[in-house]
Amino acid sequence: MDQQAAFEKFKECAVKVLGVTPDQVVPTARFAEDLDADSLDLVELVMALEDEFGVSVDESELEGVETVQQSFELITGKME
Amino acid sequence: MPRNVFVTGGATGIGQAVVRAFLDSGDRVTLCYRSSQPPEDLLQHERVAAIKLDVTSSAEIDAAFAESEERFGPVAVLVVNAGATADGLMLRMSDNAWNTTIETNLTASFHLTKRATATMVRQRYGRIILVSSVVAFTGSAGQVNYAASKAGMVGLARSLARELATRSITVNVVAPGAVATEMVLSLPDARQAAIAKETPMGRIAEAKEIASAIAFLGSDSASFITGAVLAVDGGLSMGL
Repeated sequence: MDQQAAFEKFKECAVKVLGVTPDQVVPTARFAEDLDADSLDLVELVMALEDEFGVSVDESELEGVETVQQSFELITGKME
Repeated sequence: MPRNVFVTGGATGIGQAVVRAFLDSGDRVTLCYRSSQPPEDLLQHERVAAIKLDVTSSAEIDAAFAESEERFGPVAVLVVNAGATADGLMLRMSDNAWNTTIETNLTASFHLTKRATATMVRQRYGRIILVSSVVAFTGSAGQVNYAASKAGMVGLARSLARELATRSITVNVVAPGAVATEMVLSLPDARQAAIAKETPMGRIAEAKEIASAIAFLGSDSASFITGAVLAVDGGLSMGL
């Protein structure tokens, strides 16, 4: 899967789980401030991304992940 | 649309009364049981799925939920009722008696609620009721393991209630006093009489009196109640 297709898939998940519009899901968007996501929203998003991308994310890896770009890299970095 | 109500320890006692109460409200019930066989009328009921489940195994919990969801859709109501005792004065209590009681009552509560809430969060709806005990608050000589596990369930419930409140998922505790179930009826007559005497209402409870409180907390009428501990004990623990 190329980066563009992967990001589209990521975006779909975020739209569905966070209840935001697709144009809000840009790389620089911050979950808390820009997407109005609380900690439980993020847990839900991670669970959805794990299902969708077939990867597994440890709680400790989520430390400091605040933006769409950071979480996208975390997920796709596990796909190789 | 009937909901899927998942009840552990549903074959006998309080659990069986809970199964009947939710069936009376028109819900579908996943009746989980381990050692005791459920009664024939419930096994034959078209709105009952009976599943053998050892709650100390998280793998079995996962499998039971998968089977339940397959039959009746996502679990909307979870009643954690299965419990175990292994009584004895602490000076003589084995590690095994401690561990099995904590695993069956408290650790199983963690695994069951964790599995159930994974789907409840997506549904933005859920009712979780944990069956604790009045001894969580009064203490009980000969039951340090049981009382500790039942008190632990209160802390679990209240923390989880905070985590999930914004998703319209409520988590509550029912704390029964002595109830006319095998667990209590197997006590010596003198002990049963003593319990009745300590209880302001002067008797032990019928299982259905506990079940009706659980059914209420599982209903839409209880939509704004979360993190509550409802004592159903004939006044035994009032003030605690």
